[in-house]
Amino acid sequence: MTTNALRMDKPVEESLLDTGVQGIIGKGIERIDGPLKVAGQATYSAEYEFPDLAYGFLVRAPFAAGTITAIDAEGAKALPGVVDVVVDLKTFIRNPQQGGETGAPTQGVKDVAYFGEPVAIVVADSFEVARDAAQLVSIRYEPTAGVYTFDDHVDDAIKPPPGSMPPYHQQGDLEKAMAEAAFTVDNVWRTPSQNSAAMEPHASIAVWDDDGLTLYGSLQMPSSDKQQLAKSLGERQSKVRVVARYIGGGFGSKLGISPDTVATAIAAKAVGRPVKTVMTRQQVFDATVRRSNTQQRFRLAADAEGRLTGIGHETLCSNLPGEGYFEPAGQATQFLYGGENRIIKHDLVELNRTLSGSMRAPGEAVGLLAQENAMDELAEAIGIDPVELRRRNDPAKDPQKDVPYSTRSLTRCLDAGAKAFGWEQRNRTPGGRREGDWLIGQGMAATTRTNMLQPSEAQVSIGPDGRALVETDMTDIGTGTYTILAQIAGEILGLPVERVAVHLGDTNTPPGAGSGGSWGAGSSGSSVYLAAQALRDKLAKAMGVDADEMTLKDGHAIAGNRRVAIGELVGDGITATGSIEPGKQEQETTQASYGAHFCEVKVHAVTGEVRVTRWHATFEAGRILNRQTARSQCIGGIVFGIGTALTEELVHDDRDGRIVNHDLAEYHVPAHADIPPMDIVFLDDRDPHANPLQAKGIGELGIGGAGAAVTNAIYNATGVRVRDYPATLDKLLEGLPAV
Amino acid sequence: MQFTINGQPYQAEADIRTSLLDLLREHLSLTGSKKGCDHGQCGACTVLVNGRRINACLTLAVMHQDDDIVTIEGLGSPNKLHPLQAAFVKHDGFQCGYCTPGQICSAVGMLDEVEKGWPSHVSATLNDPDFTDEEIRERMSGNICRCSAYPNIVDAIREVADAREPVRAEAAE
Ligand code: FES
Ligand code: FES
Repeated sequence: MTTNALRMDKPVEESLLDTGVQGIIGKGIERIDGPLKVAGQATYSAEYEFPDLAYGFLVRAPFAAGTITAIDAEGAKALPGVVDVVVDLKTFIRNPQQGGETGAPTQGVKDVAYFGEPVAIVVADSFEVARDAAQLVSIRYEPTAGVYTFDDHVDDAIKPPPGSMPPYHQQGDLEKAMAEAAFTVDNVWRTPSQNSAAMEPHASIAVWDDDGLTLYGSLQMPSSDKQQLAKSLGERQSKVRVVARYIGGGFGSKLGISPDTVATAIAAKAVGRPVKTVMTRQQVFDATVRRSNTQQRFRLAADAEGRLTGIGHETLCSNLPGEGYFEPAGQATQFLYGGENRIIKHDLVELNRTLSGSMRAPGEAVGLLAQENAMDELAEAIGIDPVELRRRNDPAKDPQKDVPYSTRSLTRCLDAGAKAFGWEQRNRTPGGRREGDWLIGQGMAATTRTNMLQPSEAQVSIGPDGRALVETDMTDIGTGTYTILAQIAGEILGLPVERVAVHLGDTNTPPGAGSGGSWGAGSSGSSVYLAAQALRDKLAKAMGVDADEMTLKDGHAIAGNRRVAIGELVGDGITATGSIEPGKQEQETTQASYGAHFCEVKVHAVTGEVRVTRWHATFEAGRILNRQTARSQCIGGIVFGIGTALTEELVHDDRDGRIVNHDLAEYHVPAHADIPPMDIVFLDDRDPHANPLQAKGIGELGIGGAGAAVTNAIYNATGVRVRDYPATLDKLLEGLPAV
Repeated sequence: MQFTINGQPYQAEADIRTSLLDLLREHLSLTGSKKGCDHGQCGACTVLVNGRRINACLTLAVMHQDDDIVTIEGLGSPNKLHPLQAAFVKHDGFQCGYCTPGQICSAVGMLDEVEKGWPSHVSATLNDPDFTDEEIRERMSGNICRCSAYPNIVDAIREVADAREPVRAEAAE
């Protein structure tokens, strides 16, 4: 079979997506999986049927730190309908794995490290019996000393190993720059732990047969999840298959395997039946993954004209002992603004709390709160428009790596956004505009998200019926993957989307990039592009012409004076694999998407209640593959940002680290009534350094800076600066203008 | 027990602890109704019982003898979508799709409440209030969408509601 492989060592200046004439790329085509989803026919991981299916229910440690001495399951086993209580303290995983890892996560649950850690699983004939029996399992343990409070242990913070960025960076002399600056900002921001709260709880069905294990799981990255699962179980990779065709949201929380995955596989093997385990919402909060709380000192030094001479961003975050993953809050600080003297640091406080890992835009989501609030404070200190301050600090090249930007659109986004929003008409005196009981304010913030490319493969075939099939274990977690892959294949092969089928989320097909880090479309899409390119060459050969002399449109190949149905050119069918991997372009250019948020809030003059009333955002992310799904992704990010600004906060009990508000009634994600209409504009662009699609990541672009735009608007409305997120009304009340 | 689901008679034996949601999903292969929280906090399980929207996770199956239940599967199928289902596709009123059946069932129930002239928390008058977008947002706030398709959901519902306007006017006369 043909493989068309590409390493991104050089820019791809000419894209087949520009020369294709099908005219579907970029269009706001309706999701091809839409009818199934709105009719309730899309199959999520807990919805596969098997005869003799048994139900698993996780048993969890009712303490936060200690060593298990005995698990008494006799009472549970005696309950009618209970099949077994499966205990395997050595093999159960302590916590989920981080995204993209190929090894097992921290394994073994004899020594419990956080409250609610899963330590056993009940298997029963029905869900009701399994749930009931789990309450009857009693766990005896020797308590050990846990570390639960963040503030008391910041002095014990350690330097973490490198993650998606190095933990420390220093250049020049920031102290000197601060001392000599005409204007400075030096403040501390705090953000709480958060939860992705995808609407579909983590769920697994494990089925063993002669070929090994099939795990139907709600997982974002099947190819690495398969490796993690195989390692955890001590099975060969060839014996494990992961299926994840539809995923009810992930936002990072389903990048790696979670405790239910391994427990369900072990249980199914032990009882010799397929087993299904769906986490309860409370279990998702307690025993999957949170975004770490952060404490960020952010410093800015500027000259008299407002040009930055120094930036300092020092972040403290937390994780379980030995985990090492840190919230890379300084990610965007590295390249968004100039300033030659810099310190970026991340230190980790080890705590007995639920694992920290990736949640939508790890790093930027909280780092840009501090950075974009600090820029607002600096603009005010200097007395200039915050948009203008950012324009003045848009550097010509990456200030740390000293390499060019692949493309750069910050100023263009700022200017277009300011105009569309009517920024000129904003309130200029904090607390200066009141309408009835409400104080009105406007705020803005910039956003950026690093563009990443991951290795990804896809297979595309065309049958004698002239229809194409795309196959990869890539996933669609709501991002629109099904649709954009059909658009890419269709554009290059000259097929309307109705004639392109896309099969995703099955590790029996070529390994895709998985969904995460906003890399899905660029990476997986490029692999489809390359496979389609190879098929286009085959079709040209069958036509007896060069590919560039042939036009593919509406299922026909056109060259010379001939117009031939594609199905007639493929014999029994043709197939090709596309394979993309990152190359030198990653080091030689700094690649990122950009945007600017503008919003209006009203704050109740008496109660401090905040309502977001208007939003405009302008974004640039290279080529937009589908205007409608891209817009939806951006809105989703902005709404996460509004939640971050106003309501979202996991509260840990100081006595045992447990999450007090572990459900959707107490952890407040935005609801319909919280969200105004959204005006979203894309600046069309191309980034030839990113990938053959010339498209950059968009899924996490919207969240960056969105929360800062809200708090900047709150300041504008009230004169109150909130640096301790979320900006709940208790933090505003004292500072509100006299009524 | 027996009840009508999507126009079909059903017979089932349910554990007294089985919720209506689990009956549908685990016993009757009607997995269109989703479980997001099992505590009445998210709306993903919304179905219509005797014409009214209800959280199927908050009610026990045994309480529904002889009831007329409509789930997302009963509203339309991929080849023959209900107007609201089609409007959700057109306006991209979903992303992952997991909250979507609940949003759509909830919207069906909600539009009926509006037709009957029921007020909401944001209504200016108690009788037959104006059906503004703010009303849609308020009345749909029991259905969480973490993908945050909210503005698109409002657009989808608005389009269907406006198309039905004549019906509503007649009913009010
Ligand atoms: S599952 Fe019923 S309201 Fe959430
Ligand atoms: S579409 Fe994903 S939660 Fe609403």
